[in-house]
Amino acid sequence: MRNPFKSEEAAFRFLMLVIGYFAIIAIAYAINHWAGLVVFLLMTGAIVTWWLMSRGAPDEPIPPVAPPHPPDEKRVLVIANETVAGAELLAELRKHAQGRKTRVLVVTPALNTKLKHWVSDEDGARAAAAERLQASLEAMRAGGMNADGEVGDADPLQAIDDAIRTFSPDEIVISTHPEGRSNWLEQGVVNGARERFDVRVTHVVVDLEAAAAPAETS
Amino acid sequence: MSAHAEPLGHAAPHHGGNANEHPPPIHYSSRINPMIVGIFLFIGSEIMLFGSFFTVYFFDRVVNAQSHPGPWPPYIPGTHIQYERPWFLALINTCILVTSSFTMHWALTSAKRNQRAGLCAGMVLTLLLGSTFLLTQVIEYHRIGFNTHDTAFAATFFGLTGLHACHVFIGLTILLAMTIRSFRGHFSPEHHHGLEVGGIYWHFVDVMWIVVYVTVYIL
Repeated sequence: MRNPFKSEEAAFRFLMLVIGYFAIIAIAYAINHWAGLVVFLLMTGAIVTWWLMSRGAPDEPIPPVAPPHPPDEKRVLVIANETVAGAELLAELRKHAQGRKTRVLVVTPALNTKLKHWVSDEDGARAAAAERLQASLEAMRAGGMNADGEVGDADPLQAIDDAIRTFSPDEIVISTHPEGRSNWLEQGVVNGARERFDVRVTHVVVDLEAAAAPAETS
Repeated sequence: MSAHAEPLGHAAPHHGGNANEHPPPIHYSSRINPMIVGIFLFIGSEIMLFGSFFTVYFFDRVVNAQSHPGPWPPYIPGTHIQYERPWFLALINTCILVTSSFTMHWALTSAKRNQRAGLCAGMVLTLLLGSTFLLTQVIEYHRIGFNTHDTAFAATFFGLTGLHACHVFIGLTILLAMTIRSFRGHFSPEHHHGLEVGGIYWHFVDVMWIVVYVTVYIL
């Protein structure tokens, strides 16, 4: 969301716009009272329309800001919730390792229901995510792979953002349920991550029920 | 695949190297930058404050006008003479305040360019223009010919313009501190956060005046 008072320069620009907005309305009102009302409605409508349209504009890609890691080490950030233990994901991670020294960080977003999310009732979601993370790490270790992990923000994009700041991954692997079965917070996360982060993003669809796993890479 | 079984959760030191060398970098895990949250909260509270005063003003203007039909501004009680709003004097005052925003912007731009003379001159001019605005408003109040207890119109007029005058006074206090700090050389192209925040507040005061002026003096 654009904040007109984010900086002094932005506030000064906003002031100029406000002066122009009210000056035009005042002039129209001086000519004819109804003209003033019409100009007010037209300009306000145009501003609201522009604001609604600009809300959906993607942010600039965020480059990793964490300290660089050793050149011979590859870092993979895995964003997964209940699907982290899927065989498809483990296979995908092995493929990415390619024999190199690899560090894996598993982040499980504390996905929540809409109501609980908006009232900030996230204790239960975080506890459940921590349990799933523990089970996931154990499953990965049982599959011959060691990884670290943490519970992330309820918003998967924010969880990625947080992890990028501290982990500086070379690659992000996002594991989701098949379309239609994802939590509402998961929806759009893959495209959002590709637009927002300047890191290679791989999407793995893990269907634990059907055991089918098509993968696509950006 | 090799193993690194470091526990996470206190992420920064574990990923960046030796944790004993430096404190971990600032880690914003919330969805929004704290500074932005602060500005939003501030603007939100100010909108609610001014909004309540505008609500009273429009209630008087729209609802009371239905029970006491007549022109706006209303008649002075017991007469057929309308209240006179000093719109021209207020227009000049508006120009003064808008000019002070330009000088404020000039001061900050000078600070970013390491031009100390421009910074100090801009701050002094902003302070003088802001003081002139407030002084002119005091004179306007003195000569306006009605008082807060006369009618609802008079009360809302003084309420809205007085609320804004309080903000100008607070802004002038901030500007005074900024001016003193400018002369003491506290600001540089890299470090001018105090100017930035004060400038945002001053522009906000200016924006609110434009709304108050158009609403109270013109419409």
